[in-house]
Amino acid sequence: MLLIKCPYCRQERAEIEFTCFGEAHLEKPDGATDAEWEKFLYLRTNTKGVHFERWYHIHGCARFFNAARDTTNDRFLTTYRAGLPKPEFST
Amino acid sequence: MTRFSLSSLITNGLNKDRLWDQQWEKPEPEKSYDVIIIGAGGHGLAAAYYLAKEHNITNVAVLEKGWLGGGNTARNTTVIRSNYLYDESAKLYDHALKLWEGLSQELNYNLMFSQRGVMMLAHSAHEVASSKRHVHANRANGIDNEWLSAEQAKEFCPPLNISARARYPVLGAALQRRAGTARHDGVAWGYARAASARGVHLIENCEVTGINRNIDGSVCGVQTTRGTIDAKKIAISAAAGSGALMQMVGVNMPLESFTLQALVSEPIAPVFPCLVASNTVHAYISQSAKGELVIGAGTEQYISYTQRGPLHTVEHTLAAICEMFPIFTRLKMLRNWGGCVDVTPDRSPILGKTPVPGLYLNTGWGTGGFKATPGAGHLLAHTIARDAPHDINAPFTLKRFQTGRLIDEAAAAAVAH
Repeated sequence: MLLIKCPYCRQERAEIEFTCFGEAHLEKPDGATDAEWEKFLYLRTNTKGVHFERWYHIHGCARFFNAARDTTNDRFLTTYRAGLPKPEFST
Repeated sequence: MTRFSLSSLITNGLNKDRLWDQQWEKPEPEKSYDVIIIGAGGHGLAAAYYLAKEHNITNVAVLEKGWLGGGNTARNTTVIRSNYLYDESAKLYDHALKLWEGLSQELNYNLMFSQRGVMMLAHSAHEVASSKRHVHANRANGIDNEWLSAEQAKEFCPPLNISARARYPVLGAALQRRAGTARHDGVAWGYARAASARGVHLIENCEVTGINRNIDGSVCGVQTTRGTIDAKKIAISAAAGSGALMQMVGVNMPLESFTLQALVSEPIAPVFPCLVASNTVHAYISQSAKGELVIGAGTEQYISYTQRGPLHTVEHTLAAICEMFPIFTRLKMLRNWGGCVDVTPDRSPILGKTPVPGLYLNTGWGTGGFKATPGAGHLLAHTIARDAPHDINAPFTLKRFQTGRLIDEAAAAAVAH
């Protein structure tokens, strides 16, 4: 069971309160080429290492936020409010 | 290589099993091969075997970063079935099932293939309608599948609880009798032994760290932890490792890697005659030849390469098992583990050519790759040898995510993942 800190509630809560919504910081394309839509809809970094992803505190404040998590050990590096830029980590 | 037969068993038994040969060679990597296959799981080993057997290409190496058959090949719950909804998938998985049916004899290796039937339960009016649609679609494609009432399902699988007072009552089930199980590590070993006997090199502890390319973009070899190895053609068959390998040639993949857990109980006398899967309560279960109940959970919600998952998922799965089969409530679980599954957006695999000349791809089997082992290997070998896909795997391109011609297979998982 992961413990996740909701940046709105400012509390560390159990994973079962949350739903993961996959990769964060995807931008909907302005244009309409097939390649752009493929990138937005289907292509994912699937990073082995620090991954940026969306979480939804469904059984808490019911708000979306972003997290940086290391997918090689499932440790959360940070969580931050939706709309904020990607934090940087030295790898 | 000693051929397994009754007489070789008796002879070696009388010699206290001291005279058995090694089942396959462990050669040092050579400087160059015609074909390199990355990933010595069931799929990669099967591809090497069929390249040698059907296409007469024997100058082949299978490179494996860990040990042979140590990834998802040895971590799955050994379900084999072909009751998929869409024509493309039905053809693909039934191609594999047909190969399974003669495989132990062909490989001279006991794969413990047992066609004991897979029963997929329906718990609501909607599920009944959708299950019947599956049954009809399968039959139209020449694949056996039949609809059972709750009483018939109980007769086929006596431990099943069909009480109308159950939390999710069983309303009926779809049964594919040709479906079944096989011993998963035996499949890897059987293909390894047969491929090695035909001259294929199996090279373990050899992780690919780069892919070398000619000036025209085509592949010419790989860099590995055991040095550079040249090759005219390279096939990637590395499950969740495929994405990182494709990034070496600058191709981003429509893949996400999730943990999928499974567990087995303490061994008990034979009580469970078939495989049962339920989408609603989210569980699937069978009994191994050793007597252990083999139980599969659902994938985790976040991507991970840890090959382990949280206990609450296991608890959820066991709650569902106890609900359907109250006789198992006092059974102890022996061990649980996780695998890292490579999932595509449409839950169908990617098997074919890539934008890079000479590079072939077999990935995205997600939670259901084991059942396809012989078929995936057979079709990958065909694609490599002819430099063109077989009719069966032609729809499973990497391009479909751009063209929109998806094969959106909800039946890809026995339970909704």
